[in-house]
Amino acid sequence: MTSIAVKNLSKRFGATRAVDDVSLKLEPGKIYGLLGRNGAGKTTLLNLITYKIFPDSGEVTIDGCDVSVRDTLLGKIYHMTDKSYFQDDFQVKRLFRWCQDFYPAFDQPYAESLAAKFMLAQSKTQTQLSTGYATIFRAILALASNAPVVFFDEPVLGLDAAHRELFYRELIAHLCLKPKTVVISTHLIDEVAEVLEEVIILHAGRVALQQSVEDLLEQACLVTGAGDKVSTFVARYTVVGSETLGNTKTAIIMSPLAPDEKLAGERLGLEFSRVNLQRLFVALTNPQGV
Amino acid sequence: MLIDFKIDRPIFLQLAEAIEDDVLDGRYPEDGQIVSTTDLAVTLRINPATANKAISCLVDEGVIYKRRGVGMFVAPGARDKILNKRRERYWQNFVEPMLHEAAKLGIAEEDVIAIIQERGRVK
Repeated sequence: MTSIAVKNLSKRFGATRAVDDVSLKLEPGKIYGLLGRNGAGKTTLLNLITYKIFPDSGEVTIDGCDVSVRDTLLGKIYHMTDKSYFQDDFQVKRLFRWCQDFYPAFDQPYAESLAAKFMLAQSKTQTQLSTGYATIFRAILALASNAPVVFFDEPVLGLDAAHRELFYRELIAHLCLKPKTVVISTHLIDEVAEVLEEVIILHAGRVALQQSVEDLLEQACLVTGAGDKVSTFVARYTVVGSETLGNTKTAIIMSPLAPDEKLAGERLGLEFSRVNLQRLFVALTNPQGV
Repeated sequence: MLIDFKIDRPIFLQLAEAIEDDVLDGRYPEDGQIVSTTDLAVTLRINPATANKAISCLVDEGVIYKRRGVGMFVAPGARDKILNKRRERYWQNFVEPMLHEAAKLGIAEEDVIAIIQERGRVK
């Protein structure tokens, strides 16, 4: 099992700090969600960890070894990107064979069985694949790579709802059989929330939060009620977002409430409920607050 | 067992309760084998660690026992254990919210009792 540590990693593109002093740890066997708004730095971070681009400062270690001095370690990570680096006019089945030849750990029979489940025509060349099937093809390569760490960058881009379901199920089935560390970068938070064990939220190049999904949802609380009462009640907590509709206000606070605090609020006519991951994400990453 | 997960409680709790429901209504008899955590995770499309956590809770409560290399089974006496636990929570989970809502709607307590007596007879 492989663990990855990122320490004070930074990368600028011109005046933009694409990744700004990011530190995080990826523990073996967990499924991470890498979430962030467009341009938050998700893809840059994954490219930095896999050393496709070089950081301005900071370091990445795999199992305690610095990647910049031991690049063979990068073989432990398979990074599914939005591009294919294979020759376009090769048929899918030829590429599966090719992968088998070049990556000893690649599981060709598994790749072929996945292709059958997704009804991916193996006689097609990459250029003949639709957007969805091009993504499916790259996702299959990632699943069959057998690398101990797999990064999925937008693995369901262009997939229909049935294929997205199939992807998540196959991913889970695969991980139950062969546990590994997985990072899924996606904008479709609602549908992936239950698959994730931990989330890393990037905002403007920085880690806004890294926490287990369960703890995060346990901590966040949605308070609803009359506007002035909600405002007074939430004043002593960390408010990450609020919204007003007529006389009603909702506010998301990031503090677990003790039973007596909750009871006091209920006596004021306030209602408390849990928040889903997507709503929390929007609140945490929206400067206007929602 | 197909569960429509709600936001109000952690998923592992909802899963544990769904398995308990299946034991309560006899779908899983005592000493009967229950589906594997892999099947649970894949079918319900949840993180395998979440499925494991639900099962661990049930093992801790003595509802399920594991036989190495064979699988997971409903413990003898599991049904009574679940019944006792659920009866203790009945007030909190059902009666309290009902009275709370009645108060909000201005329904008097004696009217609540009358409604239960009038229409509430399930059998």
